Amino acid sequence: MTGPGGTDAAEPLAIELRGISKAFGPVQANKDIDIRVRRGTIHGIIGENGAGKSTLMSILYGFYRADAGEILIGGRRVEIADSQAAIDAGIGMVFQHFKLVPNFTVLENVILGAEDGALLRPSLAKARRLLTDLAHEYEMDVDPDAVVEDLGVGQQQRVEILKALYREADILILDEPTGVLTPAEADHLFRILKGLRDQGKTIILITHKLREIMEVTDSVSVMRRGEMTATVSTAETSPEQLAELMVGRKVLLQVDKAPATPGDVILEVRDLHVVDDQGVERLKGISFDIRAGEVLGLAGVAGNGQSELLEVLGGYEKATGTIRMKGRPIDVTGTASDARTRRARGIAHVPEDRQREGLIMDFHAWENVAFGYHHDAMFGRGVLMDQAAMRADCAAKMERFDVRPPDPSLAAKNFSGGNQQKIVLAREIERDPDLLLIGQPTRGVDIGAIEFIHEQIVALRDRGKAILLVSVELDEIMALSDRIAVMFDGRIMGERLASETDQGELGMLMAGMTGAEAAE
Amino acid sequence: MNDALPTWVDVILVPLINLLLALVLSGVVVALIGKDPFEALYILVNGSVGSAYGWGYTLFYATNFIFTGLGVAVAFHARLFNIGGEGQAALGGLGVALVLLNLPLPHWSVAILAATVGAALFGAAWAAIPAYLQAKRGSHIVITTIMFNFIASALMVFLLSRVLLVPGAGGSPETARFADAVHLPNAYDVLPWLGFSRSTPLNVSFFLAIAACVFVWALIWKSRLGYEIRAFGHSEQAAKYAGTSPTKIIMIAMLISGGLIGLMATNSVMGEAERLVIDPVQGAGFVGIAVALMGRSHPVGVFLAALLFGALYQGGGELTFEMNGMTREIILVIQALVILFTGALDNMVRAPLEAAFLSRRRRPAAPGPTSPKGADNDPVTGTQS
Repeated sequence: MTGPGGTDAAEPLAIELRGISKAFGPVQANKDIDIRVRRGTIHGIIGENGAGKSTLMSILYGFYRADAGEILIGGRRVEIADSQAAIDAGIGMVFQHFKLVPNFTVLENVILGAEDGALLRPSLAKARRLLTDLAHEYEMDVDPDAVVEDLGVGQQQRVEILKALYREADILILDEPTGVLTPAEADHLFRILKGLRDQGKTIILITHKLREIMEVTDSVSVMRRGEMTATVSTAETSPEQLAELMVGRKVLLQVDKAPATPGDVILEVRDLHVVDDQGVERLKGISFDIRAGEVLGLAGVAGNGQSELLEVLGGYEKATGTIRMKGRPIDVTGTASDARTRRARGIAHVPEDRQREGLIMDFHAWENVAFGYHHDAMFGRGVLMDQAAMRADCAAKMERFDVRPPDPSLAAKNFSGGNQQKIVLAREIERDPDLLLIGQPTRGVDIGAIEFIHEQIVALRDRGKAILLVSVELDEIMALSDRIAVMFDGRIMGERLASETDQGELGMLMAGMTGAEAAE
Repeated sequence: MNDALPTWVDVILVPLINLLLALVLSGVVVALIGKDPFEALYILVNGSVGSAYGWGYTLFYATNFIFTGLGVAVAFHARLFNIGGEGQAALGGLGVALVLLNLPLPHWSVAILAATVGAALFGAAWAAIPAYLQAKRGSHIVITTIMFNFIASALMVFLLSRVLLVPGAGGSPETARFADAVHLPNAYDVLPWLGFSRSTPLNVSFFLAIAACVFVWALIWKSRLGYEIRAFGHSEQAAKYAGTSPTKIIMIAMLISGGLIGLMATNSVMGEAERLVIDPVQGAGFVGIAVALMGRSHPVGVFLAALLFGALYQGGGELTFEMNGMTREIILVIQALVILFTGALDNMVRAPLEAAFLSRRRRPAAPGPTSPKGADNDPVTGTQS
């Protein structure tokens, strides 16, 4: 586990933060944070969404200025006023959402902002040499002349890392780097990170995935509600202990569920095709069934057609092909059918992006609880809405789904991610749908709420409802699904019983290998 | 709408500070041309609200601005920027004129209903084409509505100089006078004891404007349609998810917007000019944008902002009469400054105020448990599982 220098206590610290505090309005995002990271180690920072990890790293990278505290790089006190100062101090950052110019080549992206002079040619030549060396040294083969938009996400991420190395970064910060990667790509990334560490670089890995922390880090700091609750050596801790430190109480990492007892086919999808506005075919002939009382998990790296599929089933994206709900066809061309008529047919939908689709963030909770069902007679007949009924309905649902604070008048944006999701779930599940479409049910949701949401999904299944679960978190798919289908490039690469597959096989399907290749 | 600021700061203090800044800068402009800014301010205020005469004009202008402001506000709620008020109001005037010149209407009470329908229909129709282009073709509504202002202007000139021109009226491009039977009672007729002059332009369509405020309030905050308009305005994707057709909302919101703006003609064309003349709108369509911005798209705010701009118009007019050297252009500069500060530069005042209020709220809360308000709104440290 220990790399060179990992055990050497005399080695100076690469980074030391002392008493960092930062508040945004009434929110104390960071409270008196101390961190000491030794040179040549991989240090994990783990915490739930909103725990303050990203704020802390933004302070280190000069995006925010701390209200109090000091930063020491290599034992020397530094002021980091902006990101240029951070780069000068030897810090490189790889963001969750890449900061690359899509129509530039790899080389052009690498030198962008770090050109040596007014003319590009010398810079490009120098960068090409350096890039070849770096790529060789760290097993990061990227074609320097490839246009970035043609590269896969894994490769784009390598460009980001190369960018940081080109700027002579000694300290590399990666913010949730595996969110967009297949398991195989994540493994490759971890090999690169270990290689960098062995060359003496210091790496800070921000993540909310316990497995990654255990796999790749030397030491780990846990953040909760803006505070650093513990820093431990990875070898001396366990996922259970870390989870407890993150949440502040014991959590169940496994989902308890009985075997499924599938009934009749509820949803029948045959040969679904979607072509987007640019003429790109996003779904290339999707077919599957979901039965009553089972969860079909749809695994895959983000952007392989899952979102389009949910939108088609939810009724707001046009498609060709056939969908049958309980044997009766549904119009998919969009002429005679929209999201409202889908709801009338017993399809409820918890969308992937709850802040952009599932909720109106500026609306009160009571307005959001009616959203999509606002034509229902229970919210008033005629032109005007019965706002008293809406408030009462919201209060009741908030109580049943333990939404905190249980205040219907609060705007949706003022709830935490987990409680926002509970509002959406309450709205959709309480309608007692025959089919629940649910996308990324726990994205941006705190561990405590994840448990609750998973319980609700399993309970709905046990009431004999059909569930289509779309998630990029393979762990979640495996924990909840009875059957698992894997999507890649608009196709379903294979379907497996959850009990008869494993991460490795699903990972290969996610990378686009056919079932036969994956089975080997 | 805003969590950082208390409501009274958001809706009262910020606009007031903006207004004050605009007046201070206007004072500088007045001083620069060698006039006494305080005298100018006195004339401005006294001329607009210092007498029943002044009030008659102030409220008359305000009536126009209420209609156009409400129209812009409804479109704002659907995140549509309708800057075609000039054209829609002009067409509203055409609708009023056609109704009043062609229908045998016995009494003003019937006539105002008919004129309302005519004005709203024509205003809405003029907004319908840009709305359709936006909804179906994605042509940007800002571009199309402003182009339609020019088309409307040219159309009105053509109609008034060739088609609706009265033979022998001295060649001025205007329609015939409306019948005496449809003359709207003005403030002198309705409230003679308040001291309005016989010729005051303020008329009963002021009450129509107030009714329009109530209508917009009920539409936006009480009705199902308003709920869908607001939802669409916040997120088109969410509206689609909820089963609301973006095309439908764009069309309906723009039709209502154009209709409300068209209604302005019941005041200016029917109530005051009593015939259709060239350019019956006089910039009220553009002022409506500032009114909607300053009024934060709420009918009460629109009403108050319309009063302010009404006073500015009337007081500005008085200034050109009373003070030598205060030309129309200087008045325009003052009005433009008010629009600039209350509309476009709103954040200049708002952002520092927010920071000030936040730091004030945080300080007492820091040592003990967070204040109840902070805890309620707080996504991070708020009570959690």
